[in-house]
Amino acid sequence: MAKSNKPIVWGLFAAGGTVTAFITPVLVLLTLFAAMRFAPSLFTYESIHAFAANWLGKLIIFGVITLSLWHAAHRFRITAFDFGIRADLVVATILYIIAALGTISTFFSLLSIH
Amino acid sequence: MSEERQIQLEVLRYNPETDLEPRFQTYSVPCVNEWVVLDALNYVKENLDPTLSYRWSCHMAVCGSCGYMINGEPKLGCKAFIHEYGDHIRVEPLAHFPIERDLVTVVEDFITKFSSVKPYLIPKEDKPISAGEFKQTPAQLMKFKQYTLCINCMLCYAACPQYGLVPEFLGPAAISMAHRYNQDSRDGGRDQRQEVIASHEGVWECSFVGACSEVCPKHVDPAGALQQVKVASTIDWYKEHLMPWSKK
Repeated sequence: MAKSNKPIVWGLFAAGGTVTAFITPVLVLLTLFAAMRFAPSLFTYESIHAFAANWLGKLIIFGVITLSLWHAAHRFRITAFDFGIRADLVVATILYIIAALGTISTFFSLLSIH
Repeated sequence: MSEERQIQLEVLRYNPETDLEPRFQTYSVPCVNEWVVLDALNYVKENLDPTLSYRWSCHMAVCGSCGYMINGEPKLGCKAFIHEYGDHIRVEPLAHFPIERDLVTVVEDFITKFSSVKPYLIPKEDKPISAGEFKQTPAQLMKFKQYTLCINCMLCYAACPQYGLVPEFLGPAAISMAHRYNQDSRDGGRDQRQEVIASHEGVWECSFVGACSEVCPKHVDPAGALQQVKVASTIDWYKEHLMPWSKK
């Protein structure tokens, strides 16, 4: 029995799971506050732009977006299998390509923000 | 205090040599509320129908023989109390296993998988008896003690939807038992076991449904063990592929 290569995607899935469990709910809540005008200065264009222009800010945004993407891709793959779609290789390939494209475009979008 | 209740015990019957397919047979059993389902089966065997076949031995949740589907849920017959159920109880053989006869299942698949993970201590070095015992601190024992409580009752295999879908899957009990020895400070067999449990049919077939831990009568928490194995195997993978020089 050969050792599986699944750790590559599972590592990203696990890291993404931690991010989506701890950070995404907070982001949703903050967005809700901003949308209901509880905190008008929270998501101003200037402050978010400054955050994304900073290297540490870029790294955080990149981490949150891409890890969530890989997490969602892997979760969707497993769910599809559980729902009886047994073409696992096809499903996995499509989903991971989407996650990879998202990762690449996030990378270049963040680079273009100065 | 013992209240007697007439229970309709619906039991799956199947003799592969004579029957075309399994069927249900209902027995009316006078049960005392303190009884467990296994007592009701024993009553049937002794008083109503000596041809009924089922496994049991200790009657105290130690031997792991009396696992059945009780009202559709994997349970030990000796731990499922009559008072927890209504007047109609359905008993079937453990799901995901072929039937040998009535409630007796064919367990060879589990035995083969369980043996394949080398579920025994493989000492790091050979030590003569004169050198004394292998010592272990309470903290070292705590790391794996919970996983030693497994009684191989196979309820987790009957509960695992993934094992039902993918029969090649090594399954909860075998992987948690491998983890039990991997976590043991006296053991040096992890590399040998990883070859089996870090394979695709090993821990990576698990999609963390968690049903194994819910049905485990000994609170082993196999799902937790499997998650720990995944983390450890992922670290192994990155070490092997990104830092090949770190290989032992």
